[in-house]
Amino acid sequence: MAALLSGLRVIELASDRAAYAGKLMGDLGADVIVVEAPGGHASRGYGPFVDDKTDPDRCLWWWNYNTSKRGVVLDLGTEAGREQFRQLAASADIVLEGEDPGALDALGIDHPQIRAGSPELIWVSVTPNGRRRPDLHEPATDLTILAAGGLAWNCGYDDHSLPPIRPSGGHAHHTASAFAIMGALTAVVHRDHTGIGQHVDVSMIAATNVTTEVSSIDYLYRGATNQRQTGRHASEHFTMGIQVQTGDGGYCTNPLGLTTAGNYQVVMDWLRELGLEDEFEEFFFLPMGVERGGVSLKVLGVDVEATEIYRAGREALYLIASKLTMAEYYVQAQQRGIACGAVYAPDEALADAHFRFRDYPVEVEHPELGRSFTYPGLPFTGASIPKTIRRAPLVGEHTQEVLAKLAIG
Amino acid sequence: MTSIARKDVPKSTALAHIRICDLTGLLAGAGATRFLAAFGAQVIRVEQPAHEKHRWDFLRGGMSPDGTKQGINFGGGFNNHNVEKLSVTLDLKSPEGKALLGRLVSKSDAVTENFSALVMGKLGFTYDWLKSHNDKIVYVANSGFGKEGPYSDFKSVGQVVQPVSGLTFMSGLPDQQPAGWGFAYMDHLGAYMMATAVLGGIISRNRTGQSQYIDFSCTEAGIGLAGPELLDSTVNGRPMRRPGKPNSNSDNFPPMVPHGIYPAAGDDNWVAIACRSDGDWAHLAQAIGADWARDPALATFAARMARRDEIDRRIAEWTAALERGKIEAAVRAAGVPVGQVARPADRIDNDPRTASWGLWPQVHHEEIGDVRVEGVPIHMSETDWSITRGAPCLGADNDYVYGSLLGMAPDEIADFRERGVI
Repeated sequence: MAALLSGLRVIELASDRAAYAGKLMGDLGADVIVVEAPGGHASRGYGPFVDDKTDPDRCLWWWNYNTSKRGVVLDLGTEAGREQFRQLAASADIVLEGEDPGALDALGIDHPQIRAGSPELIWVSVTPNGRRRPDLHEPATDLTILAAGGLAWNCGYDDHSLPPIRPSGGHAHHTASAFAIMGALTAVVHRDHTGIGQHVDVSMIAATNVTTEVSSIDYLYRGATNQRQTGRHASEHFTMGIQVQTGDGGYCTNPLGLTTAGNYQVVMDWLRELGLEDEFEEFFFLPMGVERGGVSLKVLGVDVEATEIYRAGREALYLIASKLTMAEYYVQAQQRGIACGAVYAPDEALADAHFRFRDYPVEVEHPELGRSFTYPGLPFTGASIPKTIRRAPLVGEHTQEVLAKLAIG
Repeated sequence: MTSIARKDVPKSTALAHIRICDLTGLLAGAGATRFLAAFGAQVIRVEQPAHEKHRWDFLRGGMSPDGTKQGINFGGGFNNHNVEKLSVTLDLKSPEGKALLGRLVSKSDAVTENFSALVMGKLGFTYDWLKSHNDKIVYVANSGFGKEGPYSDFKSVGQVVQPVSGLTFMSGLPDQQPAGWGFAYMDHLGAYMMATAVLGGIISRNRTGQSQYIDFSCTEAGIGLAGPELLDSTVNGRPMRRPGKPNSNSDNFPPMVPHGIYPAAGDDNWVAIACRSDGDWAHLAQAIGADWARDPALATFAARMARRDEIDRRIAEWTAALERGKIEAAVRAAGVPVGQVARPADRIDNDPRTASWGLWPQVHHEEIGDVRVEGVPIHMSETDWSITRGAPCLGADNDYVYGSLLGMAPDEIADFRERGVI
C-alpha cells in the first residue's frame, strides 16, 4: 500500500521551529524538500557531531530533525534564488516555514505574493506569537516560550527554593510543529474537497498555553492555581509523592497509588515472594486494605484508618523497590496490575525489549560514511506506515536533481 | 434534549464533510477529536449509558465551577476536551448495541479509540469487523504501548508514558531526583499525533479509495522527542545517564550561556533568560550594569560556558532583588529573549499575546452554563476554527443520531432507551 502521505509535496524553509513537522511528514511518505542557504542552515552547527567532528554533514541535531527529506540550497539573497523558490513553492502542496514576521515579505516571497498565483497552495507559518500581531513579536527561544506559555510553572520540585523546571528537548518546537502538521493536513483535506488552499498561522506561545492539561482548565473553570510538585501533577493541594527509588539507584513512578483490594493483595503476595514479610513491620495494614475493598483516594486525609493503610502500602512499595532494579520493579509491578513506569533515560527506552519487539528502533543507512545507525522510528504502525526512514540530506545534496526536474533555471 | 449550536458564529467548513465515530475518552483520545470538531467535523462521541456505573469517561463527572452542584455532566476537563461534539449512549456489550455501532460505522469516515490495547478486540470490534460495515473506514487506535508487544496490556497514563519514554528523566537538575512533568504532556502530544493519523488516513483514503488502520503508540512518540541526544548515544556511544545530566534549564540545542530560570523578588517568582549570541550577552551585560558582567573575559561563548555556574549565580543575585516585571522589561528592552514563568492568571487573563489570539473562547454548556475553554493555537485564513458549544450532556444527541442519521423510528429509539441499549 502507498505510504500515508505519498503524493504530497512539501517545500520547507529550514528552521528550528518547524523542522519536526517536516520530518514527520517526510517519514510518513510526503516528498519534503528542505531549502537551506548556501553552506547549510545554522542548525547544522548545533551538534552533537558524529565522532565529535564539527561538520555540517555530521550534525546529529540536523540528522534527527531532517530525516526523509531532500535538501536544496538556494540563495534567497539573490533575485535568481528567490525566483527558484517561487517556482518550487508553486509546485508544492504545502509550504512550511518558521521565519520571523516580515522577513519573507521583505524578500517578496511571502504567502500573499506566492499564493496570489497559486490559490490551491497551503502555506504554514510557525512563529513565536503567530503572524497576526507583528507588533507583539519579540525575540524568543524554546526556554522563554515554555516559561511564558505556562509549561514551566507546572514542573519542578516540592522544594520551591529550587526553580521551576523547563524539560529539555525543544518542546516549544515539538508542540508547535504538531499543530503545524495538524493544520497542514486539515487544509489538505479541505483543499482536496474544494480546490482552495489557505494560510495556516501557528503561534508557539498559544500552542504551549493549550498544552498544560489541568493547569489552564482548572483556572478557566474555577479560578484555581496549581503548584509544582516533584515528579507528579501540579495541583492546588500538596499530594503524596509517586516516585520510588530502586535498588540500582534508578526511579520508578506509581502514579495511581494502591486503591483496589486487588492492589493490596498483590503487594502482600509480592512481599512474601521476595521474603520480605517479616522485614516489613506494617504488613498487618495490608490485609485491612483487602478487607475494606481498597482505599479511595478521596478519603485520604479524612479517614484516618484508610490513610494509614494507604501510607503503609506505599511504604511496602518503597521496600520492594529497594530490593529490585528499576527494570525489574517496573515490569513486576505492571504484571501485578499496578500502574508503574520506569524512569528510563531515552536511550534505555530505545533499547528496551518491548520497543525492539515492535521494530520501533530503525537502522538508517549513511552510505557516505559506510555505516548505519539506530534511530527512533515512527510511533505509528499500519499497512501505509513506512517501516524505514531515510537519512537527512547533505548540504545541497538534491539541488541539481530537484531544480532540473522542475526545469527551473 | 438536543445540543443547539450558537447561530451567530460561522462554523468552519474545513472538515464539515467528515464524520467521526468517536470511542475515545480522557485527554489523549478526546483531545484528538476536539481539534477535528473545532474545524467542523461532526464528532459523535459514543459512551456507555448512565445505568452502566463507572463506564463513562471518568473526566465526565465532577463539580460545577462554583462547587454547588455535582453530576456526570459537570467535569471541567471533560467540557474542555469535548467542545463542539455530539454524544450518544450505546451499550457496546449488548448484541443490539454492537449492531447499532456497525450502522454508525457505516455512516462514518473514521473510527477513533484510546481504550487499553486489547479492549476493542475483546468487544469484537476488530479492523475486519469495522471494514465489514464500511470498506473505506479509517480506524485509528491510540494506546500507551501499541496493540502488540510484551507491554501492550500494561496500565498506562501520562505519568507512565512520560517516565518510560525518557521524558521524565530529561526534566530535572543534576544530583536531584527527576522533576518530570507536572501534567500529562504525552496525553496532549498523543492527541496531536492521533489527529495527525486521522487526517493522514482520510487524505490517503480519499486518494486511494482504500480503508486505513493506524495503530499509535504514545510511548514511542515520547521516545522520539529526545532525538539529537538519542543519536549521540546510538552513534557516539555516549550514554544519556551520566554525571551532570540532565540539567534541563541550562541545556539546549544550540547551547547558550547564560540560559536559565532565575529568581525574582517576592514569593515563587521566576524569570527565564536566554542569550543566543555574544551580542545578546553584551546587551544583557549593559542591562545588568555591573562590572562583573561587562568583563571582556566573558565576551565569548567558550569563556562563558567555562564559567556557567558562576554567571548563573551572579545573574540570580541581580534578579533576586528585582520585581519580575521590571526584569522582564529591562531584558526585553535590551533585545534579549526573556519570559516570566507565567502563572495561569498571568497568561490567561493578563497576556496580550493570548488575548489577541482569541485563545480562551467562551462556550455555552447545557448544565454548566457559560464557561471559558481553550482555543486552538492555529488560525486558518479561509476556514478558521470556531468553538462556541460546550461538551454535550450524556446522550444529548441520541434522537438526532439514531433518528435523523440512522433512520430509527421514535418508538424504536424509545424501546432501546427503555431497555438500556442506549
